[in-house]
Amino acid sequence: MIIQAKSDILSSEITPKVVFENRRDFIQQAGLGLFAASTAILSNPLSAAPLASGTTEGDGRLLGRANARAAFKPNDRRQKILGYTKTSYGAGEKLSPYDDITTYNNFYEFGTDKSEPVINAKLFESSPWTVSIEGEVKKNKTISIDEIFKLAPLEERIYRMRCVEGWSMVIPWVGLPLVQLIKWAEPNANAKYVEFISLADKQQMSGVNIPILDWPYTEGLRMDEAMHPLTIMAVGLYGEQLPNQNGAPMRLVVPWKYGFKGGKSIVKIRFTEKMPLTSWMKAGPSEYGFYANVNPKVEHPRWTQSSEKRIGTGLFAGRIKTQMFNGYTEQVGQMYAGLDLRKNF
Amino acid sequence: MTHANAFKNITKAPTRVQIKWIKAFVFLVCLIPLARLFWLGLADDLSANPIEFVERSTGFWALLILLFTLALTPIKLITGSVWQIQLRRMLGLFMFFYVCLHILTYVWLDYSFDWVDITKDIVKHPYVLVGFTAFILTIPLAVTSNDSMIKRLRGRWKKLHRLVYLIAILGVVHFWWLVKKDISEPLLYALILAVLFGIRLYYKKSSKNPI
Repeated sequence: MIIQAKSDILSSEITPKVVFENRRDFIQQAGLGLFAASTAILSNPLSAAPLASGTTEGDGRLLGRANARAAFKPNDRRQKILGYTKTSYGAGEKLSPYDDITTYNNFYEFGTDKSEPVINAKLFESSPWTVSIEGEVKKNKTISIDEIFKLAPLEERIYRMRCVEGWSMVIPWVGLPLVQLIKWAEPNANAKYVEFISLADKQQMSGVNIPILDWPYTEGLRMDEAMHPLTIMAVGLYGEQLPNQNGAPMRLVVPWKYGFKGGKSIVKIRFTEKMPLTSWMKAGPSEYGFYANVNPKVEHPRWTQSSEKRIGTGLFAGRIKTQMFNGYTEQVGQMYAGLDLRKNF
Repeated sequence: MTHANAFKNITKAPTRVQIKWIKAFVFLVCLIPLARLFWLGLADDLSANPIEFVERSTGFWALLILLFTLALTPIKLITGSVWQIQLRRMLGLFMFFYVCLHILTYVWLDYSFDWVDITKDIVKHPYVLVGFTAFILTIPLAVTSNDSMIKRLRGRWKKLHRLVYLIAILGVVHFWWLVKKDISEPLLYALILAVLFGIRLYYKKSSKNPI
């Protein structure tokens, strides 16, 4: 069943439809664009290489394979998600362009430059996919991504995403409330925290071969945070299955926290009694805390946290003020009553 | 300088006219990064975060041109060729030019001339402070780069312009501290800088203590 809730967002704002419809024609250009982009990176590695517009519309596979597959199974990639519910979250927010969301990614498993994941994740195979549930649970079990798709009605959630680096986007995620998955996982009474472990496949993910972070990428939430209605496991964006570079086939989205809390390509969910040590906490304990709530009042040694650059607004738009809890104080503020947010950053 | 002799006169020094052409050529080449930014800007192709793109690009070119400037003397020391020293002022000023664009992007496009926020950013974030210091230090060098200032300052000019070594170190540190985790690129520039300094030191030492 598809429930269509009212939305303030014009459809023209959401999707460059022409591009969607003609995406097969773009594949060829994508291949050429890819080559151009990679040579640009080689010749000038410091400035993020500009991606030819064709590249960003590629459909997740390299030329030959995509065409080969198309013959048997059209629309295999960039597959639309059917039957998700629109919600009123993010009504009135101007969405960041699809191109920006899918070409500007921090996904170190596919390279440390934000322009790299879209290129390096092209061949990533996210199907079949199983997630194992372990730790403080009734019993260890696994669930496939197909089962997760059917676990609960999928919803579109338009959320602001604030990166710790001082930029932000507005993204129309499609996913299910994480609480639904947690209910299915049946944690026991000892479970106080949830750990999310991403895939670290040296074959498919070139970045994992470099010890930049302690792989696999590990993130975590307190149980109440994980079960909060705002927290979702995203399986798509812009009404389509999640692109590889955005964390296919499923990633965590916690909109009141800095973006790095949202682990991508998750393969393991572990319930724990103790606070998990996350990859970024290990990498820079003075810079990245467990909570990582968006907080304009808590300084970061590197980046200004009181304001942010909204992606997609252009060269002359300046900065906007960063809001406490990324503007979700009303919904999540009470969870942190009595907690010193300066210490627990 | 005994080492230099071995390499001397391998290549013929260019004539005065040729130097003019070389200078014009280098001048145009140094404008390419700026032209590229305009081109990409017009094509709306400055990535998802155009301000960051312009900041990074202008910073990169400033640093790269500075490394070229600092390579001219080591080339002289190794090969004995001196004509390339005539490019030093122009390259130095182009470095200053890209530093200015870098700063302009930061205060205008990034921070919309919000001096309170800019001051906070400089004071609270070490990488910004280091970069800002480097920028301030480039100003006296640019101001005293013309012939009359060279004449007027005489011996002091050389001392003043030794600041360029400090500026280069600060520039690399600025980049190093800005990087979140993958330091491979700033490390590369640090190594290049170390090699350039090393060559100078080596020749300085050996010219003092001839074998």
